[in-house]
Amino acid sequence: MSLDTPARGCRETPVLKQRGQREVFCGLTGIIWLHRKMQDAFFLVVGSRTCAHLLQAAAGVMIFAEPRFGTAILEEKDLAGLADANTELDREVARLLARRTDIRQLFLVGSCPSEVIKLDLARAAERLNGMHAPHVRVYNYSGSGIETTFTQGEDACLAAMVPSLPATTARELLIVGALPDVVEDQMLSLLADLGVGPVRTLPARRSSDMPAVGANTVFALVQPFLGDCHAALERRGARHLPAPFPFGEEGTTAWLQAIATEFGIPRDRFEAVTAAPRARAQKAVAVHRATLADKSVFFFPDSQLEIPLARFLARECGMVPLEVGTPFLHVALMGPDLDLLPEGPVISEGQDVDLQLDRVRAARPDLTICGLGLANPLEAEGLATKWAIELVFTPVHFYEQAGDLAGLFSRPLRRRALLSQEAAE
Amino acid sequence: MKLTLWTYEGPPHVGAMRVATGMKGLHYVLHAPQGDTYADLLFTMIERRNHRPPVTYTTFQARDLGADTANLFKSAARDAYDRFHPQAMIVGASCTAELIQDDPGGLAEALDLPIPVIPLDLPSYQRKENFGADETFLQIVRALVRPMTRSEGISCNLLGATGLGFRHRDDVEEVTRLLALMGISVNVAAPMGASPADIARMGAAHFNVLLYPETGESAARHLERVCGQPYTKVVPIGVGATRDFIHEVAGLTGVSAKVDERGLRLPWWAASVDSTYLTGKRVFIFGDATHVMAAARIAATEIGFEVVGMGCYNREFARPMRAAAKAHGLEALITDDYLEVEAEIARLQPEMILGTQMERHIGKRLGIPCAVISSPVHVQDFPARYSPQMGFEGANVIFDTWIHPLVMGLEEHLLTMFREDFEFHDAAGASHHGAKATPAPEAPVERAEASGGDVSARMNEPVPQTVAGEPVWLADAEKELRKIPFFVRGKAKRNTEKFAADKGLGAISVETLYEAKAHYAR
Repeated sequence: MSLDTPARGCRETPVLKQRGQREVFCGLTGIIWLHRKMQDAFFLVVGSRTCAHLLQAAAGVMIFAEPRFGTAILEEKDLAGLADANTELDREVARLLARRTDIRQLFLVGSCPSEVIKLDLARAAERLNGMHAPHVRVYNYSGSGIETTFTQGEDACLAAMVPSLPATTARELLIVGALPDVVEDQMLSLLADLGVGPVRTLPARRSSDMPAVGANTVFALVQPFLGDCHAALERRGARHLPAPFPFGEEGTTAWLQAIATEFGIPRDRFEAVTAAPRARAQKAVAVHRATLADKSVFFFPDSQLEIPLARFLARECGMVPLEVGTPFLHVALMGPDLDLLPEGPVISEGQDVDLQLDRVRAARPDLTICGLGLANPLEAEGLATKWAIELVFTPVHFYEQAGDLAGLFSRPLRRRALLSQEAAE
Repeated sequence: MKLTLWTYEGPPHVGAMRVATGMKGLHYVLHAPQGDTYADLLFTMIERRNHRPPVTYTTFQARDLGADTANLFKSAARDAYDRFHPQAMIVGASCTAELIQDDPGGLAEALDLPIPVIPLDLPSYQRKENFGADETFLQIVRALVRPMTRSEGISCNLLGATGLGFRHRDDVEEVTRLLALMGISVNVAAPMGASPADIARMGAAHFNVLLYPETGESAARHLERVCGQPYTKVVPIGVGATRDFIHEVAGLTGVSAKVDERGLRLPWWAASVDSTYLTGKRVFIFGDATHVMAAARIAATEIGFEVVGMGCYNREFARPMRAAAKAHGLEALITDDYLEVEAEIARLQPEMILGTQMERHIGKRLGIPCAVISSPVHVQDFPARYSPQMGFEGANVIFDTWIHPLVMGLEEHLLTMFREDFEFHDAAGASHHGAKATPAPEAPVERAEASGGDVSARMNEPVPQTVAGEPVWLADAEKELRKIPFFVRGKAKRNTEKFAADKGLGAISVETLYEAKAHYAR
């Protein structure tokens, strides 16, 4: 695959912005994967029964395993001022920490109701830190729907940790964004083979491995939705290495190249380390390219992964993006991917779901990437769909997962072909 | 403030969505922040609906709060009308919108739409999903139903079926068939399947059949008052209840109670000798009150189980639930905290659980088989095949469903006979289940460790098994205990310990084990 930029990319494409019903998750949903990543952390949502139900529904469809998260449900007496919400919160936290002595990090997660009633969780976290430090570190962030969309919850969570990271003057590479452990290990091994180091990760798997940050820190993002965390790290003096995101063979190579260049890794060493996995990734993707080539694809906004994924599908799988919707377009982070995405698709930010459904019905793409609320209704209208949430929950980054990533998109098309054999006979 | 890990019921506006999504030609405009649209996936994924729920959310964000959320609601309601042209609209607020007090009812009325617009007042911080469904159905009925001339033939309405209900789809069909056998037609089944126009002609029925008190009782009472329609009190789940229901309907209408029962198989399936092994199996029953009370009657009198515990998560039905439990000599467990339910199950060590998806997970953790009898539901509670709970076919389905998680009768006998055979042994679990069964835990303490340090196990504070003063198992007795098949081992252990404690014994020998066995022999 060539690293050449297309004649015209999408960086200058005018963005279609519409306001209406947004069919998206709120930032609380990120807890579902964050609590698995940070194994000594507990996420305590301060919210309503709706918040608890959302976490259960988002999780229940998928895992329903032992929870390291819960919801402190606000009740009538909390709202009417009959009970002091802060006292109530202190009591629930004390009870929780007494039962779970393995918890070293506690995240108080703000919700729509807690924000509307202006419950100050930052102060609560400060107070609780005073009570439970040093055994437990208490953070707070907002995962509310009025502040955050889906993956922005992880952004807010990581950004909340940045100010309290220890300071360092060491020259270190910090990799930012939650990855499945197996993928993170692959990445660390690639970086070690290149001779880049020391390498730290945020989030760390355990609180004792928390990275330090300072003016000599350079950082790379593995997820495109980390705008606030990016800004918070820059405020600590760290410098960002802009690059396309590490999806597919091309994205992974470009991402690694940006780091290799920064650390002055010789060209031949880069080639030697990446040649074999690049070849494997290309071969794995090629299997799916046969199914995907020349098929059209339409993205509803969901996780902010849409632009890098459209770039992967267009350049490595030969698909034709018709519309690439994203909940929020952070041009500074997305620029390198926009440059590579060939001109043509509508780039849309935000959503009026009814108008967007009108567009998808008119376009009748071969594959539609959308949320769980829309997938079955669109399938029933004869459109093949891929649930966007699976892209966030499945290991899809870096070389060894490039084929799996392509497979997520080819499976719905292969499945339709299998199921239509009966009709064709 | 109350810490909750998993909930049995969603917020009340989800109940309203269950009514709206079950109906046709009705649209729900919900003042709610971005993110509340997650509720759509309950219907499209769990229930596999091929349409989006008929719900428009205003999805306001932080920047809207400083501006004008009221106008946002008005434009959303107007756009929804223009796009979907519903026959009627319900309007309301989710928990967050309730706090900003925009009055969706008043705002919608000001739009002067040419259709009935029904405001909902669902207190999100006090009530839950079932209340939301019941109240929404009541408000729709109240707004649209007027007394009218009765139908010529005897007809009834079926009340309470909603979207995302446990087997509601098939119960409506089964009860419709049952009533047809009695020569009674169904005028309207609602909310599920009905349009606002259908609701408006509910007054033509002679009486109402209340299928689900949780979601239909308020409407049934209203219809009794306004249209003079009596409603049935017996929910026809199980053989006895179905026969009682038929007599109740006969009493209300004067038709004959003689109904063809040829399709009913449960009584013979329970009486046939293979079912002997079901005798006195100790079951714990938990779910919504209606299904639990019905299940307890079936378990005790139609299958021959022993009900050792029962309860419900919906406090609204605590009174009838307590009375029903008392009839079984039990005290009802009324709680919506699943940790309490788990603790109670761990304490009772039943041989089987009849519960919800939550209890299925508890059972999995404790190594106790579970059959699902009630909401909250999961995707597997919407089978492709016809599988009602109500009526005679419902009774057949229940027999199969409850027996499936258990080791088969003849297999249980064989395992007991060949229990020391190295190839044919009980650790392999029930032969008709694909996965290897987890043996019943020897002690809850081990279980807490094995479950990966989850919060629920620890919050239960399981009763420690080696407390000072409690009898200690001698090595030989412990070895003998392991020879007992896993599906009764928990009970044998518990019985023996209780026997030893009652006798004031400090140690349990093989002798004690068999004395206890003789003592508890049934």
